[in-house]
Formats: sequence, structure tokens, C-alpha cells
Amino acid sequence: GFRVGQGLIERFTKDTSRFKDELDIMKFICKDFWTTVFKKQIDNLRTNHQGIYVLQDNKFRLLTQMSAGKQYLEHAPKYLAFTCGLIRGGLSNLGIKSIVTAEVSTMPACKFQVMIQKM
Amino acid sequence: QNYPLYIRSVPTENELKFHYTVHTSLDVVDEKISAMGKAMVDQRDLYLGLLYPTEDYKVHPSSARVAYGYVTNSKVKFVMVVDSSNTALRDNEIRSMFRKLHNSYTDIMCNPFYNPGDRIHSKAFDNMVTSMMMQVC
Repeated sequence: GFRVGQGLIERFTKDTSRFKDELDIMKFICKDFWTTVFKKQIDNLRTNHQGIYVLQDNKFRLLTQMSAGKQYLEHAPKYLAFTCGLIRGGLSNLGIKSIVTAEVSTMPACKFQVMIQKM
Repeated sequence: QNYPLYIRSVPTENELKFHYTVHTSLDVVDEKISAMGKAMVDQRDLYLGLLYPTEDYKVHPSSARVAYGYVTNSKVKFVMVVDSSNTALRDNEIRSMFRKLHNSYTDIMCNPFYNPGDRIHSKAFDNMVTSMMMQVC
């Protein structure tokens, strides 16, 4: 996912103007990047303004085809790994080192947590 | 880290001088980028424009060389050095050359066999650069 994210971000930011700051980049990921890849935006972005961002998608496209009960909750995170890499690769090419994790509490909603690493 | 992924000059004599100019202009590029962050200059454009002219008295008294810069959102820097005697080159031509370079670079990035940070060995990229250089030289 990491390598794909790098390539994707290069293509998507080719024509955009320069990003102002970190928050600008995260907003780009939530809106344009997510829309181009998943045909919808991130539903909720939260941050503690100290390098931690939580991206919440209430109807994550890779999970909507699975039944919404507790049945597959245990296995759902496997389907999120590629997307974590996607985010990490995209951010890395924009000059941000990060750790991205994901969790599912209720299908098909999921949260991606991005921890920015100060270099 | 500022090491070159791709470097090419035409004609090949005085190549070292061109390489040197490229290297020194990297400092100017870095300066412009950091100035944007602090001075709140609303420079959203990727194209940095004219970096600075150089006067070279050792080789040719009137051989002034000019450098242009362009930085992508992914922090990849493109530097172009041209002889200022080539006055036919206008700003929008330089911009379109940088656009072509950026487009070809994006294609290379999307090639799954290319590792970011490696030197660029792509024939397609070479051909694009050759045809661009032929048009202006």
C-alpha cells in the first residue's frame, strides 16, 4: 500500500498548488485523495494539534460488502491494512513521516489514526 | 538529501560548469521554499521562476547563464540552466517545459518497478528530455 500511495499522491498533487501546512495536507487526504480513491470523503477529521489525526469513515467502501453485524468484526482490520499503507505512502511523499493504524468498532465504519513523527 | 535523480546537458562540453550551476542553484531553491513558510508569502505556485543569473568570466566573457526552478508538492526539485544568449525562451515556454518534466516524473513514480530515490533510467524520460532540448537548442 505504501508504494502505491506514493505513486498516487504524485499523480493527484501534480496540478494542485503548494500545501500551506500539515493540516492542509491532512485535509487534502480527507477530501480529494479519499474521493478519488473511494468515491467519498472522510466523514470526520479530528486532531489534537500535536501530530495525531483521526480520520473517520462511516461507510468505508472496502467494508460495506460485509454484513454489518459482529460476525466479521474480528477479521475486518485485515482489509484496512492496504489503506493504512496508502495513507502512509502518500504522506511520506509529501514529506511527512507517520505511523498509520486502523480500527473497526462498528461495521462498516472505521477509524484511521495517523501519528506524525517529528524528524 | 538533494542528490540528483537525473542530470543531462546539451552540448556536452562545459558540462561540469552546468552541473556546478545546478548544484549552487539548489541553495536558492531551498531559500525560496523556506521563505514561503515564514514570510507568509502566498506563493502557491509550483513554479519558482528565475533563480539567478551567473556571470562566467573564465570561460566566455559574455556567457551568462540563468537558472529556473520548480518544486513539486512531493519536494522534488527541477532545475533548468540555460544560456541567457538564448533570448527566444519565454516564461511560458519554461513553464511548459517544467510541466512536461513533472508529468514524465509522475509517470515514472507510478511505475511499480521504480523505487523512489533511485536514479532515473527510463528511455521514455530520456526521449522526452531530448526532444525538449532539441526544440530550444
